[in-house]
Amino acid sequence: MSEPIIRMTGIEKAFGDVRALKGVSMEVRVGEFFSLLGPSGCGKTTLLRVIAGFEEPTDGNILIGGRPMDGVPANRRPTNMVFQNYAVFPHMTVAENVEYGLRVRIKDRNERQRQVDDALAMVGLEGFGARHSHELSGGQRQRVALARALVLKPTVLLLDEPLSALDKKLREQMQSELRHLQRAVGITFILVTHDQEEALTMSDRVAVMFEGDIAQLASPQDLYRRPVDRRVAGFIGVMNFIDVRVLGAVPGGVEVDVAGLGRVVVPAEQAPGGTEGPIVAGIRPEMLTVLFDDSDVAARVTEGEIDEVQYFGDMTYYDVKIDGIGKPVTLAMRNTAGRRVLQPGDRARIGWGPDSVLLLR
Amino acid sequence: MTALAGRVSREARNGLLLVSPTLTYALLLLAAPLALVVLLSFWTQDFLEIHRDLTFENYRVAWTEPIYRALMLRSLKISALVTVFTVILAFPIAYFISFHVPTKRKPLWLFLITIPFWTSYLIRIFLWKVILGFNGVVNGSLVGLGLIDEPLSFILYNQNAVVLTLSHAWVPFAILPIYVALERIDRSLLEAAEDLGDGPVRRFLRVTLPLAMPGVLAAALIVFIPTIGDYVTPRLVGGPNGLMIANMIELQFKKANNAPLGAALAISAMVIVSAISIVFLWLNRRYLAGRGG
Repeated sequence: MSEPIIRMTGIEKAFGDVRALKGVSMEVRVGEFFSLLGPSGCGKTTLLRVIAGFEEPTDGNILIGGRPMDGVPANRRPTNMVFQNYAVFPHMTVAENVEYGLRVRIKDRNERQRQVDDALAMVGLEGFGARHSHELSGGQRQRVALARALVLKPTVLLLDEPLSALDKKLREQMQSELRHLQRAVGITFILVTHDQEEALTMSDRVAVMFEGDIAQLASPQDLYRRPVDRRVAGFIGVMNFIDVRVLGAVPGGVEVDVAGLGRVVVPAEQAPGGTEGPIVAGIRPEMLTVLFDDSDVAARVTEGEIDEVQYFGDMTYYDVKIDGIGKPVTLAMRNTAGRRVLQPGDRARIGWGPDSVLLLR
Repeated sequence: MTALAGRVSREARNGLLLVSPTLTYALLLLAAPLALVVLLSFWTQDFLEIHRDLTFENYRVAWTEPIYRALMLRSLKISALVTVFTVILAFPIAYFISFHVPTKRKPLWLFLITIPFWTSYLIRIFLWKVILGFNGVVNGSLVGLGLIDEPLSFILYNQNAVVLTLSHAWVPFAILPIYVALERIDRSLLEAAEDLGDGPVRRFLRVTLPLAMPGVLAAALIVFIPTIGDYVTPRLVGGPNGLMIANMIELQFKKANNAPLGAALAISAMVIVSAISIVFLWLNRRYLAGRGG
């Protein structure tokens, strides 16, 4: 494994009495697409601003590219940022915006011009150089901000919720463009987002943050399939939480009694946070199936009554009432050919198995 | 269609009715006297008798006689100096309030700036006389400290004193538009400039100042227009060399018994101020043009 591009140890940041960051330590690898994911107020933006040099950490230290960053101001750091509101200079044209950081670095005018043109082409804004920011759409402003940062070839590009102001369709398009751009330029990207779907689809690794600390740092798959605790599990995707009683360790796993579902032996790797303390069972909607006829089989079967139906076209989400479970359980079915959609009030047989269950602290 | 047209015209009528008192006031007390002054400037006066044949003679005198030219140029020079000093004094204060005073305390600071207005302008001028006079505060202190042997005479009753007194009086008016322009600057733009490699000085010159320019130009206009016509200040602290065009206009209307020439001088000054103001407004428009404001 190569040397990390960013190494942070024990980063603390306090604003008055509020501890925004509580001793964050993490490493970001060279060339990866890294996301900081969490609800608003979890400190993800503060952490990004600490990396950029806009906030001085109260304690702890950062190395970027092996160099300590103590006392290095934002304008001397090898990072560049794409701001949430893009911060495109209103008194300059698109080309002047992109040229902004080059002005001081490159004396040769033609060379500057060439790099500006290249950067604009890279983000698909050829021919927009003479426009002012008020003549641009939100998506175009975003591209200007991207070009302006990337033209300086930073070691790390920081993106502060860059997509949150765009409408859904444009956001999805920009997500895939950003991903492609990141692969093409090979620069390490750190993205701050509160949108778990965005983090999962775009990132190589995601750090989930709660209350000023990292709860879990993992690949999107591990995050979804092996969340370390119920906070992470609840934040990433949909998760049914069901009461459970731990009966004890058995060969190959842990025997538990899941409310409404019964006894089952859960493989040890499905309890990533261990089984000490209060434990809850987590089941993803797609880990439960409606058994439509006798030819559908499952390891374990239970009965329930359909409470609510949400039809999404490709998928149908059912809320199912199962005896012994207080809250209706959410279950997702793909609408494959010939499969009918159940109605509220219908009885259904629900299939599940030991693989469906996660044990969470 | 007709119903809509009827409604629009009724709304227009209501609107006219609402503005009519103000409009009448403005017509009677601003436009009419101004028209009278314009008319007067084309007449002639012989002692107390006004001759009503139209003539350009007053304007010829106003624009060619060396004394009026000199006074006009001096007024422009003093106004320009006052404008420059006022803006230079006001900018750091506006900057400090906008960028360094906590949001909660900004209203208090803006309120403090109005304190000088609690006393009459005349009293403030007399205070400057006390400060700058032959036996005044400045001279007294300097002599007392042994830094000078005789009181300085170049600090009162000349143009410097006029510029100093006017600049001090107008700073609060200049602070406000500059402050508003600075407040409107999105702080993330400043962070972006820093992020792109600028230190504080370069960032100020490339982002803060250009974006504050509309406020600076507005402040300049607010100070420049009234000071060129000021006659109280030059009269009280200006001495013989500090007199400005307004003092001459007053003289013509009163002691010299030549109201038409006074009117021509007043209109000429107005035309010059208007021309300069238009240039300022045009500059401001150009600054705003770049951002759809």
